[in-house]
Amino acid sequence: MAQQIIFYVLAVVIVVFSILSVTSRRILRAATYLLFVLLATAGLYMLMEYQFLFGVQISVYAGGIMVLYIFSILLTSHAGDKAKQVSWKRLLPAFMAALAGVLVCLHIVYHSVSKLVASLQVFKEPTMQDIGTALMGTGKGQYLLPFESISVLLLACIIGGIMIARKR
Amino acid sequence: MNNMPLIAYLIVSSIMFFAGVYGFLSRRNMLTILMSLELMLNAADINFAAFNRFLYPGQLDGVFFTLFAIGVSAAETAVAIAIIINIYRNLKNIYVDEVNKMKF
Repeated sequence: MAQQIIFYVLAVVIVVFSILSVTSRRILRAATYLLFVLLATAGLYMLMEYQFLFGVQISVYAGGIMVLYIFSILLTSHAGDKAKQVSWKRLLPAFMAALAGVLVCLHIVYHSVSKLVASLQVFKEPTMQDIGTALMGTGKGQYLLPFESISVLLLACIIGGIMIARKR
Repeated sequence: MNNMPLIAYLIVSSIMFFAGVYGFLSRRNMLTILMSLELMLNAADINFAAFNRFLYPGQLDGVFFTLFAIGVSAAETAVAIAIIINIYRNLKNIYVDEVNKMKF
């Protein structure tokens, strides 16, 4: 019962604030609404009993990426700026595309997923030992190679970011 | 145990994804386009975690895919913002319909 109420609160927060974030004309407000969406997503991970994903989502997304966005917004525009008003004739194709997409997606989900076993089973929560062993192992279902590849990727992105954005 | 079924998580992530699609197609500021991209990526991450939790609760594949997707998205956001700041420094403008010096 409590889980249902929490889920409904988080779902309403996600839906309302994601729509507000893409339609708001002030950029800093869009960034704040996006921050709320990311925090509510972390709450959804916690409801699914993935505590590690909850921590990673908050520290990386809400705490790292959103700070980066707010810095870059303040670097490239005034804080109170309003975006230019786009005429609704230009917004209409985008809105029709998004609406068609969501209707197709919900139709497919409703017809395919309802038949599956669809309730949470009691499961053994992944402990840090499980996650650490799986991240560092080379067997089946273990992720050492993607781990090393993503460290190479992060190195490339750090070097690339510094090279692109340095002062000449 | 009254828990939400799988379809509830998928509905939420579908709406979030297509809100991101609408934002991506209709926005003019490069940073807001990137923010809509973040919405799309987060919706896909919710899908991964939900399918892992409901259909394969003994395995961790969806969790790890989500972790790596979050990491890749962070790296991509950093590089994209570096490019946007460079564009702003040179052209003083980050609206996609006004940055057209390279059009032939």
